[in-house]
Amino acid sequence: MSSPGLVIAFTLLLPVFGALLVLVFGSKPNVREAATLLVGALTFWHVRELLHLVQEGARPRLDLFEVVPGVQLAFEVEPLGMVFALVASFLWPVTTLYAIGYMRGHHEENQTRFFFFFAIAIAGALGVAFSANLFTLFLFYEFLTFCTFPLVTHHQTEEAKRSGRIYLGILLGTSVGLQLLAIIWTWQLAGTVDFRVGGILAGTASAGVLGAILVLYVYGVGKAALMPFHRWLPAAMVAPTPVSALLHAVAVVKAGVFTVMKIAVYVFGIDLLGTLATTPWLAWAAATTIILGSLVAFTKDNLKARLAYSTISQLSYIVLGAMLATEMGIIGGGMHIAMHAFGKITLFFAAGAIMVAAHEKKISGMHGLGRTMPVTFGAFFVGSLSIIGLPPAGGSWSKWFLGMGTLEAGQIGLLAVLMVSSLLGLYYLLEVPVKAFFFKPPEGAHHHEGIKEAPLPSLIAICITAAATVGFFFWPDVWYDLMVMVVNQ
Amino acid sequence: MRENLPALLVVVPLLLAPVAALVGRKAAWAVAAAACWWSLYASIALLQRVRAEGTISYEMGGWAPPYGIEYRIDLANIFVAIIVALIGAVTIPYARKSIAKEISDDRGALFYAAFILCLTGLLGIAVTGDVFNVFVFLEISSLSAYSMIALGEDRRALTAAFHYLIMGSVGASFIVIGIGLMYVMTGTLNMADLAVRLPEVADNRTIPVAFTFLTVGITLKLALFPLHLWLPNAYTYAPSAVTAFIASTATKVAVYLLLRFFFTVFGETFSFEVMELDRVLMPLSIVAILAMSLVAIYQANVKRLLAFSSVAQIGYMVLGISFGSVLGVTAGIIHLFNHALMKGALFMAMGCVMYSVGSVRIEKMAGLGKVMPWTMAAFVGGGLSLIGVPATVGFVSKWYLVQAALERGLWPVAGVVLIGSLMAAIYIWKVVEVAYFQSPDPDYEIREAPLSMLIPTWILVAASFYFGIDASLTASVATQAAETLIGGLP
Repeated sequence: MSSPGLVIAFTLLLPVFGALLVLVFGSKPNVREAATLLVGALTFWHVRELLHLVQEGARPRLDLFEVVPGVQLAFEVEPLGMVFALVASFLWPVTTLYAIGYMRGHHEENQTRFFFFFAIAIAGALGVAFSANLFTLFLFYEFLTFCTFPLVTHHQTEEAKRSGRIYLGILLGTSVGLQLLAIIWTWQLAGTVDFRVGGILAGTASAGVLGAILVLYVYGVGKAALMPFHRWLPAAMVAPTPVSALLHAVAVVKAGVFTVMKIAVYVFGIDLLGTLATTPWLAWAAATTIILGSLVAFTKDNLKARLAYSTISQLSYIVLGAMLATEMGIIGGGMHIAMHAFGKITLFFAAGAIMVAAHEKKISGMHGLGRTMPVTFGAFFVGSLSIIGLPPAGGSWSKWFLGMGTLEAGQIGLLAVLMVSSLLGLYYLLEVPVKAFFFKPPEGAHHHEGIKEAPLPSLIAICITAAATVGFFFWPDVWYDLMVMVVNQ
Repeated sequence: MRENLPALLVVVPLLLAPVAALVGRKAAWAVAAAACWWSLYASIALLQRVRAEGTISYEMGGWAPPYGIEYRIDLANIFVAIIVALIGAVTIPYARKSIAKEISDDRGALFYAAFILCLTGLLGIAVTGDVFNVFVFLEISSLSAYSMIALGEDRRALTAAFHYLIMGSVGASFIVIGIGLMYVMTGTLNMADLAVRLPEVADNRTIPVAFTFLTVGITLKLALFPLHLWLPNAYTYAPSAVTAFIASTATKVAVYLLLRFFFTVFGETFSFEVMELDRVLMPLSIVAILAMSLVAIYQANVKRLLAFSSVAQIGYMVLGISFGSVLGVTAGIIHLFNHALMKGALFMAMGCVMYSVGSVRIEKMAGLGKVMPWTMAAFVGGGLSLIGVPATVGFVSKWYLVQAALERGLWPVAGVVLIGSLMAAIYIWKVVEVAYFQSPDPDYEIREAPLSMLIPTWILVAASFYFGIDASLTASVATQAAETLIGGLP
C-alpha cells in the first residue's frame, strides 16, 4: 500500500464516493445497495490497513492546509481514534445489510436519500475519529450533526419536525455555545489546538480557569448526552431503526463520548485532569446520569425509548471513565466505546426486526413472541448481557476496567453506582427476552399468527453483531491493546 | 494606464453611467456589466500592486496633496473596493432577468444608470484620501440607492425609499458638519494631512464635536442599532438585485469609513482613550446582536428577516472594531468580507424565490425544497454560513471575534457572539422547516429560477464555503489591513 496519508484520504473519501454511487444508482435499488456494501467493505479494509500501522507504533498523518493561520485541517491516526474508526467502519456495512431488509420490509420512502446521507454520516464519523486537532474535530462534529438531520427527520412528519428541532437545538446549542467557546479559549491559552500526548493545557492558566474550560468541554459535547443535555437522544428515536441503530448507538453518540475521551487524554492529559477541582464533580454528574438514565429506562414501555435511555446511561460510563483520570478508567472507557457499540446495535437491530416482522413497538405486547422469533430474541438476550456486563459478553471487560478505575481513583461511591446501574439494567433489559420466551401471549391475540423472523439480510446482520458481542468476551485483545497504547504513549 | 488605474477604477464607471441612461434596456445592461467587470479587474490589479509595492498615492489631476485630491490606496481600502466590485460583478448577470421581471421596461435603462452610479460612489468612498471627496461620493451612492429602492414593485417601496432618503440625508449632513468643523480647525481636507494636524488642536472643544457628528453620521449610514430604522423596509421592498447589492456593499463601505476616521484620521489614541469610543460602540453592538436577532426570529417576510439579521451582523463588525485591538479590527474586517458573501447569497436566493413564486413570505415557501431544490440549497448553504458552522466563512469571523473578546478578558461578550449565532440558527431553520417539511401548494406551478440567477447565487455560496475552508488569504489581508489602520499611515 502507498503512503499512510493517502490511506487516510482514501478512508475518508470512500464513504463520500459511496454516497455518490447511491445517487447515481438511485433508481436501481439492488445496484445501489450492492454499491454501498462494497464501498463499506472497502472502507473497513482501509481502516484495517491503518490499524496495522498503528499497532506497529506508527502515527499516520495527513496535513491538508491551513484554514486560518496556525490552524490546520489535518488528520492523525492514534490508538483511541482507531478504536472509534474500527467500530464505525465495521458496523457500517453490517447496518447497511440490515437496512436493506428493514427499509424494504417496512416499505420506507425516499430510500436513496436515506442511503446517501447514511454514507455521508460515516465519512463524518471517520473524520471525527482521525482528526489531528480540535478544529478538525469540531468541523466533523458539526458536519455529523447536520448530515444526520435528514436521517432523523426521514419521515418528514410533524413529529419528525419537532424531534428534529430538539435534535438540532441541543446539539448545535451545546457545541456552539459551550464547546466552541472552550476551543477558542484553549487556542488563546495554549496557542495551539493540536492533540498531543500529555495534553497542551498544562501550566497555561490557573487551575480554576482550566477547570471551567473542562466543564465547558464536557457539557459542550452534547453528543455525549450528559444530563441535562440528553433530550435529543430519545427525540431522535423517531428515525427509522437502522438510523437509530448506527447513528444513535454507534456513530453520533460515540463521536460524542470519543470527543470527551480525546479531549481528556490529548488536550488536558490524565495528570492535569486528576488535579482539577471540577473533575470529580463531572464524574459525579456522569454517575447521576448513569442512575437517572437507568431509572427512566425502567418506566418506558416503548422498546426503542427504553433503549434510548439505556444508551444515555451507558454513554455516561464512558464519560465517567474519562473523568476518573486514571489509566484503568481510560482503558475501561475506551473499551466500552467498542463493547457498548456492538451490544447496543444488536439490541436496536432486534427492536427493528420485531417492528418489521410483528409491527410491535411495546414491550407489553411482546409476550410469547420469542417462540416465533427465536433468533431475534436470542440476539437481544446476548446484547443485553453485554450491556449489563455479564459473561460471556464483551461488555463484562469494559465494566471490569471501569470498576478497577473507580478503585484506582479511590471512589468507592462510584463503584457502587456502577453496580446499582448494572442491577437495574439486569431488570429493564432482560425483561424483554424473558417475557418473550416464557410468558404466554395474551388471550385472544391472533396477531402473533403468521409472524416469521425478520427478512433474511436483517437476520444475518443481527447474527453478526451478536456473535461479535460474544466473540469479544473471548478475544478482547484488539481493543485492550489499543487502549493500553493510549495510556502508555 | 497602469499609473492612472486608481482614477480609472472610479472614472470609467462614472462615465459609463450616462451612457447607460441614453441607450435601451438591454444595451444598458451590457454597459453596466462592462462597468462592474472593469472595476473588478481594476481593483484586483490594484490589490496586487498594493501587496507588491505598498500604499499607492495618486494625485488627481496632478495636484499635489494636501491641496489637490489624493487617492490613497492601502490594504484596508482596496479590500473594501474588491468587496464592492466583486459583489457588483456577481450581481449584474443576476440582475438581468430579475430586473426585467420586477421593473418595467421603460425604466430599465435608468435603473442600470443608477446602479452604475451607486457602484461608482461606493468605489469612490473606498479609494479616496480626501474627506470632502468622501462626502461627495457618499451622496452619489446614496442618491442612486434611494432611486433604485423606489423602483421596487411594492408600493411600500416608495415610503421605504423616502424614509431612507430622510435618514440618509440626516446622516450625510452630520458627516459634512463634522468634516466642516475639522476643516475650520485645520484648514485641510486630506486624510493624511488631517491625521498630522488634528493632534495639535485636539484640546479644542471643536474636535470632539466634529468627532461626535462624524460618529453619529457614519453609524447612521452603517445602520448601527438604534440608528438602523431605515434599513429593514429599504431592504425588504427594494428590487431583489438591489437588495443583494446594497446589503452586501453599502453598509460595508460605511463600516470602512468608520475605521478610516477612527483609526487613520483621529487616531486610535484619540478615539479610544480620549473619546472612549468603546464605551459607546460595545454596548450598542451587543444590543444590536441580541435584539435584532430576536426581532429577526419573529419576521414573516424572509427578506425582512434577513434585513434584521443584517443589522445584527453589523453589530458583529462594530463589536470587533470596538475592541480597538489588532485582533478585533481584523475580526471586523474579515466579517465585512464574509458577511458580504453570505448575505449576498441569501438575498439572491430570495430573489430567485421572488422571481418564481412572486412573494418571499414564509408561508408561500412551503415545499420549495422540492420544487426549487437549487435555490433552497443555496439558502441553506448561506444560512449555515450565517450560523457560523465550521468550513463556512461565518465560522472564521466567529473564530476571530471570540478570540478578540477573550484577549480582552471579556468572556461574557464572547458568549454574546455565540448566542447570536444560535439565534441565527433559529431564524434560518424556521425557513428551512417550511421549505422542506411542508408539501408544496398543488394549485399553481412553481419552477426553478433561471440559470442566469442561480449561477451568481451559487458563486457566492461556493465562495462562502471556499473562504471558510481556506481563510489564509482573507485572514492575512485583514490582519495586515488592521495593522495598517492601527499603526497609522505608513
